[in-house]
Amino acid sequence: MPKVLVLFAHPRLEKSRSNRALLRHMPAHASLTTRDLYELYPDMNVDIAKEQALLLAHDIIVWHHPIYWYSAPPLLKQWIDLVLTFGWAYGPGGNALHGKVVMQAVTTGGAVEAYSANGFHGSTLQEFLLPFKRTSTLCGMTWLPPFVVHGSNSVSDGELEHSAMRYGALLVALAQGRVSPGMFTGLERANDVEFDTTVA
Amino acid sequence: MSGFLMDAVIYLGAAVVCVPLAKRTGLGSVLGYLIAGIVIGPFLLGMVGHEAKDIMHFAEFGVVIMLFLVGLELEPTVFWRMRRQVVGLGLGQMIITASVLGGAFLLLGPTWQGGVAVGLAFAMSSTAIALQSLKEKGLMTTAAGQSSFAVLLFQDIAVIPILALLPLLAAQPAGSTDVDPLPGWQRTLLVFVAVGSTVVIGRYVVVPLLRLVARTRLRELFTASALLLVVGVAVIMESVGLSAALGTFLAGVVLANSEFKHELESDLEPFKGLLLGLFFMGVGASINFDLILSMPGRLLSLTLGTMLLKAAILFLIGRKARLGFDQNMIFSLGLGQVGEFAFVLLTFIAQVRLLDAQWIDILMAVTAMTMTLTPVFMVVLEKAILPRFGTAEQEERTADEITAHNRVIIAGFGHFGSTLGRLLRANGVEATILDNDSDQVDLLRKMGFKVYYGDATRFDLLTAAGAGEAEVLVCAIAPENSAMLVETVHKYFPQLKLMLRVRNRFDAYQAMDLGVLNIYRESLDTSVQMGVDVLKELGVRHYTAYRAGQEFIKYDKAALKDLAAKRHDLGEYITSVREQIEQQEKLLRKDLHHDPAHGDHAWNSEDLRDALGRDKR
Repeated sequence: MPKVLVLFAHPRLEKSRSNRALLRHMPAHASLTTRDLYELYPDMNVDIAKEQALLLAHDIIVWHHPIYWYSAPPLLKQWIDLVLTFGWAYGPGGNALHGKVVMQAVTTGGAVEAYSANGFHGSTLQEFLLPFKRTSTLCGMTWLPPFVVHGSNSVSDGELEHSAMRYGALLVALAQGRVSPGMFTGLERANDVEFDTTVA
Repeated sequence: MSGFLMDAVIYLGAAVVCVPLAKRTGLGSVLGYLIAGIVIGPFLLGMVGHEAKDIMHFAEFGVVIMLFLVGLELEPTVFWRMRRQVVGLGLGQMIITASVLGGAFLLLGPTWQGGVAVGLAFAMSSTAIALQSLKEKGLMTTAAGQSSFAVLLFQDIAVIPILALLPLLAAQPAGSTDVDPLPGWQRTLLVFVAVGSTVVIGRYVVVPLLRLVARTRLRELFTASALLLVVGVAVIMESVGLSAALGTFLAGVVLANSEFKHELESDLEPFKGLLLGLFFMGVGASINFDLILSMPGRLLSLTLGTMLLKAAILFLIGRKARLGFDQNMIFSLGLGQVGEFAFVLLTFIAQVRLLDAQWIDILMAVTAMTMTLTPVFMVVLEKAILPRFGTAEQEERTADEITAHNRVIIAGFGHFGSTLGRLLRANGVEATILDNDSDQVDLLRKMGFKVYYGDATRFDLLTAAGAGEAEVLVCAIAPENSAMLVETVHKYFPQLKLMLRVRNRFDAYQAMDLGVLNIYRESLDTSVQMGVDVLKELGVRHYTAYRAGQEFIKYDKAALKDLAAKRHDLGEYITSVREQIEQQEKLLRKDLHHDPAHGDHAWNSEDLRDALGRDKR
């Protein structure tokens, strides 16, 4: 059974409706660990040894964060800078993470149409996430298409509930091995993976 | 009594007038004292008479204190490494110089016994003059300084066997020689016992005793203990027939590792300085100018001849020890005089009637003149010869550097200072630490810190700790005393960056009034941090609470500056308690107007949603 590690980074969760909803529906499962980075490291002083040990103990890493200025909040970048060390995660002898899987779970203010060649932002979301994809690839990990909640400021409560439940179900399915990386092939978003959501 | 006071006025007055003049003109303090002695002596002003010689005997104790202080700066391991130098250079110099000078003296007529006696007496150099000159010029740690010291130390040790030897030379044993009836092996045993007990007592009795004294926090009592220590060691050593200088030197070496090193140094330094000054003045005053003027050619040629021979032999020895030209010149000229010990030996020689009174007077005058001329020659060497002929080589610094000054000094190593010190040490920064709580010092030394005992507000202790060379001084001493430290640092060490720990905002106001720029309130960060944790306990997101804390510190520092400026506008006298209440009120009122979240929209999607929603409507 693959183990799933959700690394959640939001500097002001109390003011984020969408992410509160996503966390509220996070299922409890033996193979699913969620770490609230801003709660753990408010002073940005990431415990490198601890984070690396957790990475080693899991197979699927989920970077769960809002999109700010086409990127992640600063603590997640700090986490990447500090934890993915030379000679451990990359570079000579740096193969500790080889074979693991990375998926991002993100919320955006803009609607889904805004993220396209002809849309407001002029590029797809995947294109904006290229640095994270490259980072994962460089560390020998498979990067999956992201799970996205678009229009977090305008989405209705009902739609939000629906997305949150689907996100929780996907995480459990990944942890149970019912959803495998191969099922993401060709998809734009992880939201579109087809699996049986009725199985608990 | 008035006679004593009058003498004191004359000696002190002469010193105060002459020494600064000599220092200002680059002649050095030693020459200043000697000139002061000549001026007040019988030949010029006649303010002091023949008691000058008695004063010299008393003042020779300055040499003993000096050797103690030299010992304090030598770690035992360093001293042990010096032993070969002491014996090699010292013994060579003694034997060659005594033979050559004794032989030369024989040509002038007297008996062979007289020749041997004078040779031995004149082989001695002046520890007082040589070391004081070297120290004043900062040359003690150079190769010349180390070699000079080795030779002088050997001479000080050689005094005892020479004193024992002289009566044997006497044609008719004098009535009152000091040779005691102990057989040789007992004497040797006694010497070992004395040296051994100096080491053991120094380490296991003196240090705890000093700690006890330090705990009384009476500074004069510590000074008294320091003096008692030196005088006591001197008395013990002399009673077993060892030289007092050697004994106190050993005691100094034993205490070199103790935490009281700096405190002892700064306490004894003034005594050493005064006594040496007195000694030099005594030498100046005792120069018999009437005798010199009655036969100037003879005395001058004897003086210069002696110095030339001594310097030439020293130069050869220096060459053998591979001293460079500059260093060798300093070494050989610096030790080229006949030392104060010759006075003692000559008196003794007169007692056992190895020479007649006429010769003794001449030799006494020669001795005093060589001592006076040495600083003159040193000035000439420094100003005229070395710049022209010297190779301007780098001073050869030996590996046994005594003075390694740290870049940071921490004054006050209580809970606050020690935490700071541990942080620095964990990051590879060693600090020189000063603390005046002897229990604390003891504990920290056991933990491996280099802590010195002493009152950090004292200029001399700060100097000894290297405040002249350090970059940062952390002041974490009791707030009552910090004002004094601040003033001392601003006045004497303006290059030092002073970082001051204060208890609260009222201490901070005072520090601001004193012009301190880097002020750290110990009540601020900790209470804010605790407040942040309280917020976390109440369920506030950790990062939000953390930012609130950081923001609050910033705000509070600004408020401190603001209120400090307004504090003096009140223009009227208010008691400190009323002032404090008033300040607290103002602060609380200010807080009411301060909205920590004002202008902070970072990562706040609810604000965004509201704004966008309003637009839609």
